[in-house]
Amino acid sequence: MMKRDECFRILARHIKDEAVVATYSSAVDWVGVAPRPLNYLSIGAMGLDSSHGLGLALGRPDRRVVVLQGDGSLLMNLGSLVTIAAVAPRNLVHFVAHNETYEANGGHPIPNRKVDFAGIARSAGYAAAYEFSDLRIFEQQVAHVLEQEGPVFATLHVEPSKPLKYDYPSLYDPAKRKAFKAALQAHS
Amino acid sequence: MEGRAASVDSPARELNGGEILTAIKASGIEYVLAVPDIVTSAGLLRPIAQDKALRLIRVCKEDECIGIASGLSYCDKRALVLIQYTGFLDSLNAIRGVAVEYKQPICMMVGLLAHDPEKAPRQSPKYGVRILEPIMDDMGIVHHLINENAHVAKIQPAIEKAYSESLPVAFLIGRRPSIDGGQSDDEEG
Repeated sequence: MMKRDECFRILARHIKDEAVVATYSSAVDWVGVAPRPLNYLSIGAMGLDSSHGLGLALGRPDRRVVVLQGDGSLLMNLGSLVTIAAVAPRNLVHFVAHNETYEANGGHPIPNRKVDFAGIARSAGYAAAYEFSDLRIFEQQVAHVLEQEGPVFATLHVEPSKPLKYDYPSLYDPAKRKAFKAALQAHS
Repeated sequence: MEGRAASVDSPARELNGGEILTAIKASGIEYVLAVPDIVTSAGLLRPIAQDKALRLIRVCKEDECIGIASGLSYCDKRALVLIQYTGFLDSLNAIRGVAVEYKQPICMMVGLLAHDPEKAPRQSPKYGVRILEPIMDDMGIVHHLINENAHVAKIQPAIEKAYSESLPVAFLIGRRPSIDGGQSDDEEG
């Protein structure tokens, strides 16, 4: 089992001008590792991460979009896997941090801890789907995951984190949304 | 049968799908994000699906539309969410968060399933339709009833305003839009 922040540290080494959609616990860890204007943190409602990512990927086909979603979030929007697969954005890479809990809501278990997200993504029609539970293998393969034609899905099997500090006013600061849009347009 | 008789005998109360489609395109909409709705199925969704100037994204559940439209808006791409009122109600938390609290330009066209188009939505025989406008008022969402051809002129300025001021807007489709060259589709859904 891996740690989410360790996965993100490795992932961050491969992120250049990608738009990164991250929310809740994933956002806390990602911002801790890679604070940058091109982070999209305000999704407004749990589960919509993947849908916001699809909108960005459609609107900017010239730019890679990386979604860092939690397992509880994805369960609230499983249909988005089918929608994304049907639209088939080549520039979308979709990670789910599978820690088997609603970490931001008190650490309660998700309804079925063993749900096979990669299998669902594969059968929904994603171009490729992966699972990682060994940090060394993730480090070896993450560049390949990011570079191939999407939509690509990858499950990161991670441990629940130690209690995180959720600074929502900072994460959802309107100034961050403005900075994201400016950064996105600056890279046109 | 009353609905059909009204649309034939009173041309002023007809709602033409082609005119709505023209207004949508004139508003700079490039993407239509939709879950099928029987009110708008024949007169809007089918023509949109065949219109090469628009990209139709069929989603599984209505709240997906809110996230997709928001992502597109950051890229300066305009989208219209085409859903049934039940889907609007199901998506309230997404609309609350994205459209209202984050002030995103989410433009929604909402079909009023089982509504009597001769009545105002607040006097609808359907409970779900009666509560729509009060909910939108409480949430501060500007809404327009599109019930006859004369109302179609509201669409373009309202969409322009939504995008220029970064605010949501909703169009309530009170009767089944007719298909260009034909009558409205009055089959029960």
